[in-house]
Amino acid sequence: MDGLNYLTYQEPIDSIAEQRKAIMQQPKFRRLSTLPLINVPCPFCSLLCDDLVIHNRAGQLRVEKHGCPKAIAEFERPPTICAPRIRGSDATMEDAVAHIASMLRAAKRPLYSGLGTDVAGMRAVLPLAERTGGVLDHMHGEGIMRHTLALQDSGWMSTTLTEIKNRADLLIFVGTDVIHDYPRFFERVVWNQHSLFGPKPERREIVYLGRQLNTAPGRSPKGRNPLHIDCDIRQLAQIIALIRTLLKGNSIKARRVAGVPTSVLWTLAERMKNARYGVLIWSPASLDFPHADIVIQVLCNLVTDLNNFTRFSGLSLGGNDGSVTATNVCTWQSGYPLRTSFGRGYPEYDPWRYSTDRLLAHRAVDVLIWISSFSARIPPVVPKIPIVVLAVPHLKLRQEPEVFIPVATPGVDHDGQLFRCDGVVALSVRRLRNSPLPSVAKIVAAIYESL
Amino acid sequence: MLIRLIGGKVYDPANEVDGEVRDIFIDNGKIVATPPHDRRIDKSYDIRDRVVMAGGIDIHTHIGGGKVNIARMMFPEDHRNDPVSRTTRTRAGCGHVLPSTPIAGYRYAQMGYTACFEPAMLPINARQAHMEMADTPIVDKGAYALLGNDDFLLRMFAANKDQQIINDYVAWIIHATQSIAIKVVNPGGISAFKFNQRKLDLDEPHRHYGTTPRQILRQLAQAVYELGVPHPLHVHGCNLGIPGNVETTLDTIEAMEDLPIHLTHIQFHSYDNEGDRRFSSGAPRVAEAVNRNSNVSVDVGQVMYGQTVTASGDTMSQYRNHLLADPNKWMCMDIECDAGCGVVPFHYRERNFVNALQWAIGLEIFLLIGDPWRVFLTTDHPNGGPFTTYPHLIRLLMDRSFRSHMLSQINKSAAEASHLTSINREYSLYEIAIMTRAAPARSLGLKDRGHLGPGASADITVYKDQVNKEKMFAKPEYVFKDGELVVQNGKIVKITQGATHCVKPDYDKTIERSLKRYFDRYHTVALDNFKLRAEEIKGNGSGVLAIHPCRTAKHA
Repeated sequence: MDGLNYLTYQEPIDSIAEQRKAIMQQPKFRRLSTLPLINVPCPFCSLLCDDLVIHNRAGQLRVEKHGCPKAIAEFERPPTICAPRIRGSDATMEDAVAHIASMLRAAKRPLYSGLGTDVAGMRAVLPLAERTGGVLDHMHGEGIMRHTLALQDSGWMSTTLTEIKNRADLLIFVGTDVIHDYPRFFERVVWNQHSLFGPKPERREIVYLGRQLNTAPGRSPKGRNPLHIDCDIRQLAQIIALIRTLLKGNSIKARRVAGVPTSVLWTLAERMKNARYGVLIWSPASLDFPHADIVIQVLCNLVTDLNNFTRFSGLSLGGNDGSVTATNVCTWQSGYPLRTSFGRGYPEYDPWRYSTDRLLAHRAVDVLIWISSFSARIPPVVPKIPIVVLAVPHLKLRQEPEVFIPVATPGVDHDGQLFRCDGVVALSVRRLRNSPLPSVAKIVAAIYESL
Repeated sequence: MLIRLIGGKVYDPANEVDGEVRDIFIDNGKIVATPPHDRRIDKSYDIRDRVVMAGGIDIHTHIGGGKVNIARMMFPEDHRNDPVSRTTRTRAGCGHVLPSTPIAGYRYAQMGYTACFEPAMLPINARQAHMEMADTPIVDKGAYALLGNDDFLLRMFAANKDQQIINDYVAWIIHATQSIAIKVVNPGGISAFKFNQRKLDLDEPHRHYGTTPRQILRQLAQAVYELGVPHPLHVHGCNLGIPGNVETTLDTIEAMEDLPIHLTHIQFHSYDNEGDRRFSSGAPRVAEAVNRNSNVSVDVGQVMYGQTVTASGDTMSQYRNHLLADPNKWMCMDIECDAGCGVVPFHYRERNFVNALQWAIGLEIFLLIGDPWRVFLTTDHPNGGPFTTYPHLIRLLMDRSFRSHMLSQINKSAAEASHLTSINREYSLYEIAIMTRAAPARSLGLKDRGHLGPGASADITVYKDQVNKEKMFAKPEYVFKDGELVVQNGKIVKITQGATHCVKPDYDKTIERSLKRYFDRYHTVALDNFKLRAEEIKGNGSGVLAIHPCRTAKHA
């Protein structure tokens, strides 16, 4: 691997690159190695902000504009490479792939989890899972399950980022401050400067429901504070039920519900009814308690009720590490969302039975293939279940897996396609530097070929 | 490789061949004229007594894109009834009303279809739609970009922008989304719903923009025509599913004057409101208007009994329809100042008056429109029923006694209210070949598809001639795609990757300046990232982009 380096830089082919090529051909620019790339999509959270300006200087990336702390940390991480390893010893890629193939040939029920990859990666994983009778789940499988169960059990009325940016006049954040997982949410779609339809974004009303939330980003540019209704999100169902009752015009005798004064909820219900385009925002990952999918259903039902008065929509933040991408590709290729097994040759979906934790705890699988090409999320470790890790090279494992193959990151090391948190918008992400690391798609295809 | 199909009865309406016994020669994926005697035939198929047609073309089927995938996610219980196992050649998946992408490709091919067109691709969702279509094997595909509810266009209408600028924008969208035609869904209505307007008639102004559906339809149809895009504006009109909407449909036809227009799933727009239940067939009036106006073509969107799921861009209608959701779950989504989508499951029941009459209305439209070149066979898959019901539908059209038998099974009042008993028409094989092959190809501008003349791509279906047309059309004996045998006796024997068809009308590229300003200010995606580049469809070399010529631009 030593002979390979990041130093030679090639621009991806697109219209921006072509324009730049024209500039580069002018003599005075020729000596510069590169110019900053504009409109770069960021793969490190599912907001997929695509306005970053990134400069590649001899393989080291610098975020020059529009980087959030997360993007800067990830893009600017000095490139590292390492060799594949089998049981801790360096190995060639061919040997590592052959070793994985032999493990899969012997396996009765492999689990493909993590699934932090792009469309091409998922397109490669699915046929392999089919052929090996494997099970598919994502590292954020619990959140995905809550989200899809709400869709499968009741459905929803939902919206997307550009609608919020131009239309929303009331935003209610339920159990999440958004900012931790999606750092530029407020900058991009809440306190944006321009908006198609009035009122001005700075006049948007912000409400938080929950506890221990960072509500500072909800303060308007002119200093208006958001309304924060402090409550235990485990009691959310009661609060929402009360609001729905009020919306139906029923009177309430109780003074407090789940510790919140009824009068506060009455005011909130009135504000919701009088919004022009209200949005209820939640993150299935943050609603982390038993049966939260039912609470999400209740939130969806509240949104539907509000549409008897005005327009209201929900936004379920789909989760990072390619979870929306993995869910979408798995759904169109197999018919089912994640937590699907090919154990019987055809796909079977069971969101409880096929959870990574449960399968490992019950030793219902005999190999774990863990894929993480965006973040350094480590796999769960269970004694006697061999693990194959296809992950970013800087991943710090607590325990050496059977096989480790370092992989490239889509949108940094190679081109790819990813889905945004709202599930509708897919973007092409770009190679920003030359990398000797293979993509997940390449490795998985090689494993498939070696079977 | 030279292939000879010997002695089949050829139905090739584009070349006016009506059941003549002929040999067909395939060379290098194309149909060729009879080669010289000394040329060696590499492979012969004896297909005497067999019926030969070009591969079927579905002009309106929801096979890919956001709403279809949401519908798939929503319906594990439907997939469970139709699991498909992996074989050494084919992928695993599931079928029935929302097949997974590989299974959709296989099932179309097994039915003798070789091209499918996704009719409602939101520009912002184009990347996903094309990714799903790329994962739909064997068949060719293409998509219609959905316009008429996007804020950029509505703003231009409100500002009374010149038709030329509208044309440039429409052309830019076709390029940026790699599409072959333009679709409009509930013109202005999806946007109006975001402003809390719950209905929008043809002449009702949009609450924010003040434009009317009539204006949107006319200017979009004009743009499509002036750009020389072969397929006319593909219209899903106002008031879908509302009793009495036949008036809107007739007014829409009237409003277009001589502009070419394609009215899609017209069955859902042919409802009158007479009788005790205020629901009756408007089919005779619609058929009469279509017969009278040669600028109009339609596809039917036939309702077939059973469980299905409706997936539509028309949030205004889907929100209204959610009260009928069966089972009771549904979703609606406002999307990106672009359009929307709504998914509502339906169970069409033959004993239900409304459903039974919907079924009859669809058949009436098929049978009362005289010119099969202007009425295409669709169920608006999956909205009226899954595409796998086509063979049954063909039998209903070709076999009057079968139709009468089925009519006797449905809700009595509906049967009495329908005009079907008085219609004797039976479609001929030639007419079926027109409506499922020749006419859709001609309408879409696919010069090398939908026919069997020299120069055509060798997409060929060979059927055993059977009295039971449902059996005949369900399982062709051979299906060739671009000259390769892909299906034999209902079995997939080879997987190929079909082409993606598109058009590239000329336009003034300075429109990008105002688009860039708009995207920078109001969108959450940069203009450059919004555009779907041809390279993305060509993928790793497996995809093919087939660009079809536009007519020489005609200016008004």
